[in-house]
Amino acid sequence: MASSILHRVSGCALYFGALILAGGALSLACGPEAYDIFRALMAGFLGKIALFGLTLAIFYHLAHGVRHLTYDVGYGFQPKLADAIAVAEIAFTIVATVVAWWLAYYTGAF
Amino acid sequence: MAELVLPKNSKVQTGRHWPAPQGADKAKVRTFRIYRYDPETGLNPRWDTYDVDTSQCGPMVLDALIYIKNVIDPTLAFRRSCREGVCGSCAMNIGGRNTLACTHGHAETPGKAVQISPLPHMPVVRDLIPDLTVFYAQYASIEPWLHTSTATPDTEWLQTPKDREKLDGLYECILCACCSTSCPSYWWNGDKYLGPAALLHAYRWLIDSRDQATGERLDGVEDPFKLYRCHTIMNCAQVCPKGLNPAKAIAEIKKMMVERAL
Repeated sequence: MASSILHRVSGCALYFGALILAGGALSLACGPEAYDIFRALMAGFLGKIALFGLTLAIFYHLAHGVRHLTYDVGYGFQPKLADAIAVAEIAFTIVATVVAWWLAYYTGAF
Repeated sequence: MAELVLPKNSKVQTGRHWPAPQGADKAKVRTFRIYRYDPETGLNPRWDTYDVDTSQCGPMVLDALIYIKNVIDPTLAFRRSCREGVCGSCAMNIGGRNTLACTHGHAETPGKAVQISPLPHMPVVRDLIPDLTVFYAQYASIEPWLHTSTATPDTEWLQTPKDREKLDGLYECILCACCSTSCPSYWWNGDKYLGPAALLHAYRWLIDSRDQATGERLDGVEDPFKLYRCHTIMNCAQVCPKGLNPAKAIAEIKKMMVERAL
């Protein structure tokens, strides 16, 4: 049940993530001053926390989304296997997030 | 719709405590925390606690309940019949998990007290007895009998052993309602969503090689609520005391829907 709730929670979080993305695009269209404000906001502590959370959300949502594809073709329904896959999804989320942020740091993206 | 907080008249209060008899072996005493509710008194539900000397009763939760009713407090109400996991009457929530009281040992329940409440999110008739009227009506709605249109044969409707095997893991369902009442989708939309138990039975008739109403049966459940409120949360398969897998059966129905549309 936890993996299903996390899928919903991460999905809701991604709605707000899409708003942030749209805000970024909007600020870009409004000119360099507006975009500088957006960048400063996202580079701040709260901005980074939000982006980190969204990275977790997108990787979890991706992992569980792929799992739903296996459900749709009728695989992965044994309770023990389903539990193991849920743990694997969370492990993937953490590893993928750390790698993504390490890459961002390494390439100087933030 | 989701109700996150209980209404005032449903808040569960602390009830009576029934201590173990003097001279009982302390190591054998186990506390049972049991949900009590009697709509006729107009009082709120309450948690009564019973310290039971388990050396005086059998190993299952149902044995302890029967002991409590016979020896400690005859007002306790619960359903039971076969006491061996084939009738499904004594389904209840034990230690936070829906299961059958007759096949669940009280020693298996971790924690200090064995907490017992009726099946979640159902109207309570009294104490541990839920109102299953809607649940049974949903089962009836899938028309759980053989539908045929060809002439009735002189002998039985025949089926190959291989076709018969397809019913394994489905026909064993005893309609105890553990699965449906563990499903968050069923909690929120129990009036419109058929729930795992009824859908497992729907699938049992859909894949019966002798049944000739597959199309009508699929039409009957093709509905955003009746079938598609299943979001593969998997609680049904996790709790089924018979080890069946309603989630898988529902997925197979969804697959049949896609296959017939192709």
